[in-house]
Amino acid sequence: MATLIKERRIVADSWHLLERGPKGELPEVPARGDVIVPLGLWLARREELLARAETGTLGAWIDANEGPEALAADVQRFPLIAVNFPKFGDGRGYSIARLLRERYSFKGELRAIGDVLHDHLFFMSQCGFDAFALREDQDPQEALSVFGTFSDGYQTSVLRPVPLFRRRLAAGKS
Amino acid sequence: MYLYDEIDQKLVDERVAQFRDQTRRFLAGKLSEDEFRALRLRNGLYIQRYAPMLRIAIPYGLLSTKQLRKLAQVTHQYDRGYGHFSTRQNLQLNWPKLERVPDILAELATVQMHAIQTSGNSFRNVTTDHFAGVAQDEIVDSFVWCEIIRQWSTFHPEFSYLPRKFKFAVNGAKSDRAAVAVHDIGLHAVKDEQGEVGFRVLVGGGLGRTPAIGFVIREFLPWRHLLTYIEAILRVYNRYGRRDNIHKARIKILVKERGPEKFREEVDAEWAHLKDGPATLVPEEVARIESRFTRPSYLRLPATDAGLEAALATERAFANWHKRNVHPHKKAGYAAVTLSLKKTGVPPGDVTVEQMEKIADLADRYSFGELRVSHEQNLIFADVQLAALHALWQEVKELGFATPNVGLLTNIICCPGGDFCSLANAKSIPVAEAIQQRFDDLDYLHDIGEIDLNISGCMNACGHHHVGHIGILGVDKNGEEWYQIEIGGNQGEIRPGRGASLGKVIGPSFARAEVPDVIEKLIGCYLARRDSEAERFIDVVHRVGAEPFKESVYGNADQRAAHRRGQLASA
Ligand code: HEM
Ligand code: SF4
Repeated sequence: MATLIKERRIVADSWHLLERGPKGELPEVPARGDVIVPLGLWLARREELLARAETGTLGAWIDANEGPEALAADVQRFPLIAVNFPKFGDGRGYSIARLLRERYSFKGELRAIGDVLHDHLFFMSQCGFDAFALREDQDPQEALSVFGTFSDGYQTSVLRPVPLFRRRLAAGKS
Repeated sequence: MYLYDEIDQKLVDERVAQFRDQTRRFLAGKLSEDEFRALRLRNGLYIQRYAPMLRIAIPYGLLSTKQLRKLAQVTHQYDRGYGHFSTRQNLQLNWPKLERVPDILAELATVQMHAIQTSGNSFRNVTTDHFAGVAQDEIVDSFVWCEIIRQWSTFHPEFSYLPRKFKFAVNGAKSDRAAVAVHDIGLHAVKDEQGEVGFRVLVGGGLGRTPAIGFVIREFLPWRHLLTYIEAILRVYNRYGRRDNIHKARIKILVKERGPEKFREEVDAEWAHLKDGPATLVPEEVARIESRFTRPSYLRLPATDAGLEAALATERAFANWHKRNVHPHKKAGYAAVTLSLKKTGVPPGDVTVEQMEKIADLADRYSFGELRVSHEQNLIFADVQLAALHALWQEVKELGFATPNVGLLTNIICCPGGDFCSLANAKSIPVAEAIQQRFDDLDYLHDIGEIDLNISGCMNACGHHHVGHIGILGVDKNGEEWYQIEIGGNQGEIRPGRGASLGKVIGPSFARAEVPDVIEKLIGCYLARRDSEAERFIDVVHRVGAEPFKESVYGNADQRAAHRRGQLASA
């Protein structure tokens, strides 16, 4: 089982990630257990999976080349949404995460999967990820220290919705 | 200078600690080459064939003498005694040791400097007009807007892994001295009828192997929407910019593939969600940033100086320098001065440690302890009293920085080329030197008038050859170095009516030894055809077209056809 960092702690992971087959075929959904299905599978079999989603054992994952738009109306059905990073340098997942949190108000677990490395967790967490399925060779203990890399940030982000300049001005006034 | 507050300083210090840890983990084998590469590049550290190179940011080109002295010390201590000012308003050191780079960054942080996002697929150093804040045609002080954008773009959590590098320029004056049309995003300040400040926003310009002129995505963006609007552009780019092919990953390709209108619609749709949100700027923030800039305490001075007038009337060499290297200032009694780093025989932009220290002393004595780096790889003293110009000239001359060639043919923009760069097809510095030697008669240079000549050693276009009035590009033909010549490029609307354009190749390329002759023929063609001295080389090219210029170099169309037939026959 891969190591999971969730809410800045190392935890055991009950979720099972269902991947597409080598030719992109959609996987079978096992009858029980917590499973994360590809976005395409959810979209293809939404009607029949609605009941399963009701039980709270269904998550969905979005690939970097997909959009959260397709999931917009459904985000609250999932306790967990994962976003895949095919390669650590592929930054699309950061935008996808912000959109899920800020535009679609997703409140559940937002998990980074794929090429998830120590040095990228800080920005990922700023963009709204709260769970990280680290790549296997990463040292989870060491990675825990990374969330404090920067004590502040200039921009709006999921963790700091009010940009620094507004906070500076408010502090200057008080 | 913008002075950091505690938070600005802390973030830079935290960056040093972060990079120190990353370097340690790399040296301990915990980070692969590939993984470390992405991290070191965003701290300006390249590892090239010859040696590493560290690119230090000089945000919007503005530098205090305290910072320059620190750069001199760092160059002395960690490098071989000279640095290279680049066209991106950076300083590049060529031989730092990887293990020592965290120490260099820590030294820089003590004077509010860094190498953040000077390379890699990140949002780069914002560049601007080197006469910001002093130009007579100023609309806004672009430094203030550059600093706002610097803060917004520094460690942006969402846009730290863009498809490709992203370059941003801001112009705050009527004349475009920031080349806004050849950047990923260019902003040109404008005022509307009510006098409100806004920006004309250009997207998708750039040089490199697919040069493009940016398109105007918005004619007037009110200043308070600046950050939300660029956030919308960057989000569209981050999500949809191509990541499958590094040569197609710049925003200009996305704009081209989508079509400008479609691209604008997408940005507007995204912006609809962000507009008027918390990132909307407020006047207090603009005022706060403005107030953190130190300002020269100008004296009240008369608009002319009798001593200066007398010296100009009697000393020809001084008058020549004054004509080319001294620029008007918005404050009476002051002028801006260019120190030319383009002396024949010296690679353009190179400065030794001793020179840096002497320049710092001069800037302290003559220009309120500040200077600027221009994208033409010169240095600017922005605030010199008219009465002090003559004395300054004498001191600058001694240092070798008084070549009176700003704006003239020998003020060449030139990349490091084959002497230093592993990607080069051909050397570029010796070509610049040969041209400078050929045109060493000052009277003739002044007669030729304003012209930009730019040289790149390969199609990456670091020397901006596409926007030179004459552009020279090093090409490889069967392992030999050849040079292609373009004419008609223009970096931006420096003079009204002549906007940015890309040069066009005039014909087959030349061996290195032929290049000065070709330039001489092109210049001869221009001189024979201009209406008056006011009509520049570039104006003539656009008025009469390229044909007469081609003819002057290759002969007329019949001769060229005959020549080609001859070549075919002998092949
Ligand atoms: C010496 C080693 C250097 C290397 C290996 C290097 C590498 C590159 C590469 C690969 C590109 C093309 C990127 C692209 O098209 O996306 C590029 C573009 C560029 N570089 Fe360099 N460069 C070097 C030095 C410099 C210097 C010294 C300057 C400034 C004088 C400079 C300024 C630029 C600029 C302005 C561009 C064009 C940006 C654009 O496409 O809009 N580079 N460089
Ligand atoms: S233009 Fe080519 S040769 Fe010149 S510095 Fe850039 S990459 Fe090197």
